[in-house]
Amino acid sequence: MTTPAPLFHCDHTLCELRTGLELVQDEVATALAAHGYEDGAMFAIRLALEEAIVNGFRHGNRSDPTKCVFFRATIDSVSAEFEIEDQGPGFDPRMIPDPTEDDNLEIPSGRGVMLIKAYMTDVEYVRPGNKLRMRYAKLRA
Amino acid sequence: MAKPSSHISVRKIDGVTRIDFLDRNILDELNIHQIGEELLKSVESEFRPKVIVVFTNVEHMSSAAYGTFMKFNERVKSRDGQLRLCELKPRVYEGFVITKLNRIFSIHESWAAALDTLT
Repeated sequence: MTTPAPLFHCDHTLCELRTGLELVQDEVATALAAHGYEDGAMFAIRLALEEAIVNGFRHGNRSDPTKCVFFRATIDSVSAEFEIEDQGPGFDPRMIPDPTEDDNLEIPSGRGVMLIKAYMTDVEYVRPGNKLRMRYAKLRA
Repeated sequence: MAKPSSHISVRKIDGVTRIDFLDRNILDELNIHQIGEELLKSVESEFRPKVIVVFTNVEHMSSAAYGTFMKFNERVKSRDGQLRLCELKPRVYEGFVITKLNRIFSIHESWAAALDTLT
């Protein structure tokens, strides 16, 4: 009988995109593998994390080098939960134009939030919109 | 002869520009800007370019990558050219479907199938 992997939790303050993203992706990938997440889940979570953290730096903090992104993760064998918070003023996600509408299809930006929603089980923007909570359920109903 | 660059390989084959990605995670957000510049450079001196981008090695695409390809598509079209994408892994193709960009791009299973659609 194998011993289940212990609950994984991390809490980081990311102050630079490249190093922050690499740190988070490496830690999360290791934890997901330890808890038996399959390739499809790893792909989905990696993509959603990248979009969320990049959005935090680029759009939330507007690439201001004095601002950071706060990252928290909790992973067990049932689900993986993430919180990404930037130091920007927030935004209303309802105001993002739907990039899949015909009139918007050729606009080159605005697909990050859509991909996050497509790949994660639950996605919530906490008012004023500078904090994103998202969860991936390993065992879906 | 291949023209090596840091992220893509560009070859001319019977009048068709073939672009391959050299690394499976090359479409990481952190490299997107450079990839975009390399793609645009690959057609800068051509009129009516015929371009096939081969995704065999690509396992991951971020939203910024879609934007880069859309700009490249516009550049090719502005030169009265044709752009085809081929050999996408199912998960990468799924991203195009989710974003409905499969309606913007001409996507094919293989190099040969993409080649057949060039006029």
